[in-house]
Amino acid sequence: MSDILVSEQSAAGASGRPAGRLLEVDDLRVEFRTRDGVAKVINGVTYHVDAGETLAVLGESGSGKSVTAQTIMGILDTPPGHVTGGQVRYHGKDMLAMSFEERRRIRGEGIAMIFQDALSALNPVFTVGFQIAEQYRVRRGMSRADAKKRAIEMLDQVKIPNAKGRFNNYPHQFSGGMRQRAMIAMSLALDPEVLIADEPTTALDVTVQAQIMDLLAELQRERQMGMILITHDLGVVADVADRIAVMYAGRIVEEADVYDLYAKPAHPYTLGLLNSIPRLDEKGQELRTIKGLPPNLMNIPPGCPFNPRCPMAQPVCREKVPPLLQIGAGRASACHFAEELVNRD
Amino acid sequence: MGRYLLRRLLQLVPVFIGTTLLIYVLVWVMVPGDPFAGKCGERPCPPGFVAMMTEKFHLDQPWYVQYAHYMQNLFQGDFGTTFSGRSINDIIASAYPNTLKLALVALAIEAIIGLTAGVLSGLRRNGFLDNLVLVSTLFLIALPIFVIGFLLQWLLGVQWHIVEPTVSNEMRLSELIMPGFVLGSISMAYIARVARTSISENRRSDYVRTAIAKGLPMRRVVGVHLLRNSLIPVVTLLGTDLGALMGGAIVTEGIFNIKGIGGTVYRSITTKESATVVSIVVILVLVYLLMNLLVDLLYAALDPRIRYE
Repeated sequence: MSDILVSEQSAAGASGRPAGRLLEVDDLRVEFRTRDGVAKVINGVTYHVDAGETLAVLGESGSGKSVTAQTIMGILDTPPGHVTGGQVRYHGKDMLAMSFEERRRIRGEGIAMIFQDALSALNPVFTVGFQIAEQYRVRRGMSRADAKKRAIEMLDQVKIPNAKGRFNNYPHQFSGGMRQRAMIAMSLALDPEVLIADEPTTALDVTVQAQIMDLLAELQRERQMGMILITHDLGVVADVADRIAVMYAGRIVEEADVYDLYAKPAHPYTLGLLNSIPRLDEKGQELRTIKGLPPNLMNIPPGCPFNPRCPMAQPVCREKVPPLLQIGAGRASACHFAEELVNRD
Repeated sequence: MGRYLLRRLLQLVPVFIGTTLLIYVLVWVMVPGDPFAGKCGERPCPPGFVAMMTEKFHLDQPWYVQYAHYMQNLFQGDFGTTFSGRSINDIIASAYPNTLKLALVALAIEAIIGLTAGVLSGLRRNGFLDNLVLVSTLFLIALPIFVIGFLLQWLLGVQWHIVEPTVSNEMRLSELIMPGFVLGSISMAYIARVARTSISENRRSDYVRTAIAKGLPMRRVVGVHLLRNSLIPVVTLLGTDLGALMGGAIVTEGIFNIKGIGGTVYRSITTKESATVVSIVVILVLVYLLMNLLVDLLYAALDPRIRYE
């Protein structure tokens, strides 16, 4: 499997797509300033995505995975959100230092985003076709007829049956799955290099979820995009991701290749997540959960933010914040006891 | 859509008959006093005149016969005559265009100023402009219309000579701007406020975020995606207001000497010209009903989620 991926990547490099580091988030810090206080939502997040690979960002709600994505896209609600440090580099250039106009040009063409709930993310008063064709008209200056043709092609590519007939339908006339397909068609219209999918299947039926994930994975492979898949669903991740970054309380606590992470998690939080997947061969047992709640972001506990919930916590965990350290080829963990975790049987 | 329109138009029939009947009974039957009192100056009316008028308006017959006669003439386009014999059709034909002109000017001012102020303040909440709009609209809503009218007339017309203090018979557009502003001022304030709320709510909506994420220029995000959704409540307000404006404006017409329908109906009531009152109110009812229908149709045109079957 990984061999195939490698060969496809090099093929893409030859076909004109710039291979290599597309997007880097470097020590990003974001806080939300509200009336009740300052919530430190992102506390030094670092990750990157290369052409042709899928990075899954995993975490509970409130862990900061969506806020990171919104900061990359430049759609963070400001106020209350404020970027207080770090960089977001696209092809090596810091987007946070760019002018509004420069950043705008990257949106859609360089980095595009798929949202969780397509019903609210699509404009209810315009047809789906209009919302896709609009990008060709505004960004590429195409004529109405050409833009329509391209938009229908896009609807066709995301496997919407009778694409031509559905061009003039409004979002509310689509089913949930079809609406998410239309959303995907819209984000891919300008052929972006990076696609951020923010929980793209959460709002869908389980049967449709798999179809949408398959479609996304297929389109990602075809177009050799770098994809950031934000999710809290470990099942989804295993199928499509190459690498996984696990987030907790606004930090990356573990980053690893998908096989390594499932085989030998190097952070107790990851271990807890994996253990909480219900297993068929242990029927009748109570569901395992991670005890406690995620920390209040206005008052993050000293030391490792996970220590109050961690079954392995030692005195050092309450004093020192564990940095995200390399613990082997392509993997990193922010736990004082990462080595022990990986090396146990 | 066609069936919906037909049903709505059919619904107008009972509403129309009901309201006209009510007005007719109120004005002709339930008003106390002699209909001929004061009609002939200081003296009582001569018996010949009373007999003639009684026959003409079927005053000796039960009210439902009177009403039937009235409606019969109405459907032939004849509103009847006043006691002095003047055709009511002529009275309406000379007054209504003036009311219509004033109403359209007021509506345009409301829409342009109200919407612009509302959109700009909604985009930058708590900014200087937002506070200015909030305070000035509160001012307009709080002040009675005759105060605004006389104040502007005195300041702009009498003191500073920027505009004519009253409107001439030609009803030129330049003369109508001040009365139009006065007439539309309160609705303008409400429109500004509704637009402001609507814009600032939708500004944070998911589809606006999507439009930004698509890399559309800000003026397109606001001008197309945000505005179209925020216009829906504003259009409803404008539509119902147009119905009200076309009903004439007694105070504004009075202040600026405009010979519109509001003043006419007021004079008819004070002089007990029952036939004129009924005829004008009948027209106003019809206009109002049609305007309401228009608003409902506009609503469906603006919001595709609303479909009339």
